[in-house]
Amino acid sequence: MERDDVIEYSLEAHHSEEHGKKIRKKIYFVTVLLSLITAVEVGVGIVFPKHYVAEFTWETIKWGYIVLTLIKAGYIVLVFMHLGDEKLELRRLILFPYMIFALYLTYILLFEGLQVHHIWMK
Amino acid sequence: MAEHALNIDTTPSWGGQVSPFKTSYGKMMMWFFLVSDALTFSGLLIAYGFIRHAYTGEWPMGEEVFHSLPFLGHGYPLIYVALMTFLLIISSVTMVLAVEAGHRMDRKGVTKWLFLTIIGGFFFLGSQAWEWSHFIHGSELGRVQLQDGSLAFVHGHGPEVKNLEILKSGSKYKEGAVVEHHALHYYNDALEAGKVTTVGTITLKDGAVARVNFAKEAHIEELQIREAGSKYELGAHIKGAEAAELYKQATTAGQANRIVFGANMQRNEYGPQQFAQFFFFITGFHGFHVFSGVVINIIIFFGVLRGVYHNRGHYEMVEKTGLYWHFVDLVWVFVFTFFYLV
Repeated sequence: MERDDVIEYSLEAHHSEEHGKKIRKKIYFVTVLLSLITAVEVGVGIVFPKHYVAEFTWETIKWGYIVLTLIKAGYIVLVFMHLGDEKLELRRLILFPYMIFALYLTYILLFEGLQVHHIWMK
Repeated sequence: MAEHALNIDTTPSWGGQVSPFKTSYGKMMMWFFLVSDALTFSGLLIAYGFIRHAYTGEWPMGEEVFHSLPFLGHGYPLIYVALMTFLLIISSVTMVLAVEAGHRMDRKGVTKWLFLTIIGGFFFLGSQAWEWSHFIHGSELGRVQLQDGSLAFVHGHGPEVKNLEILKSGSKYKEGAVVEHHALHYYNDALEAGKVTTVGTITLKDGAVARVNFAKEAHIEELQIREAGSKYELGAHIKGAEAAELYKQATTAGQANRIVFGANMQRNEYGPQQFAQFFFFITGFHGFHVFSGVVINIIIFFGVLRGVYHNRGHYEMVEKTGLYWHFVDLVWVFVFTFFYLV
């Protein structure tokens, strides 16, 4: 069903057997990496429960979790969802508006939450 | 106007046909949908963050709430959720392999990997049902409110109830009857409703009074104070005979909700009510996404079997549903961190 009024990008996505091998190698690498990160997160969660470690240690662990989560998310979006292979403009179109909104909302609501906390504590 | 238009050099301008993003319409629309869905989930998780930051008491800890495994009992913090996460990652991998096979027009490969993805999705849904059931039923001994108003987690072993002997007839159970089915359940219900006046004698929901025959008595090891009262402070541990006495006092006081098992929309044993509410809503909303993902995958799977996409010349349909499936995995990564770990 070739059309001449639009370009069918779907038909251009095909790749050869050798190229497929390379792609699969990358997929397996990401699989192992994601599993390892999850294992590390759970291990840390079991060994250092929140209520039993010093506050500074917990803060470090918490930020560690957040960084690891963002790494995991990055691999899922860029490799599994192929956003890394899309055109740069499309990548930015998807990621930038979302990030601006999410970061802003996180900042404003957590800041607000802490203010409410201080008032309730009085 | 027309004269001006004629002077414009049209070679660098966009004349239609090509997409500025070099992608098909369907794929771009799927991405737009995913961005809006991501915003919904962000809103939910950030609202959860707001409540947690504003809350002044002790927020429940993932390692303590989620520590059970099927068939093995308690004492395995986070292992089950880790398995669920692993399951979702693996089914994401099988999906990406199906997409890769599609790019090589390997119909058999697509069929195999898509089938495994669907199986993985069913496993995840089953796991989540088990997790919910466990969350709703709660621990063996629940959480008690002590006389001074403090709230305490109870550690130890729950009782085993052999049967209930009806001493006085109610609207359903008659005098002399022996109830074995759901006996422990009825006993816990009576404890929650404050219908235990002396140890071993309870009033059932239908008004019948029953004697509880224990196969094994409850053993209270420790009370951990989770909300301070007038006497006990946050974080205090009460052990041994004193703990058992306080537990007995609370459960035989004849007041409702002095002891709470599990979770529902009104109260829960784990901590503040928002904790249970957000648990139900966020994991429920995610579970609903997994469910719809499985349904979509099944529909596409039949399309693959019938050769619809093969005849079309490309497997982009698998790629598009794949995007949705990966997105479900992506959301779970965040739910896992912010609900269970942090």
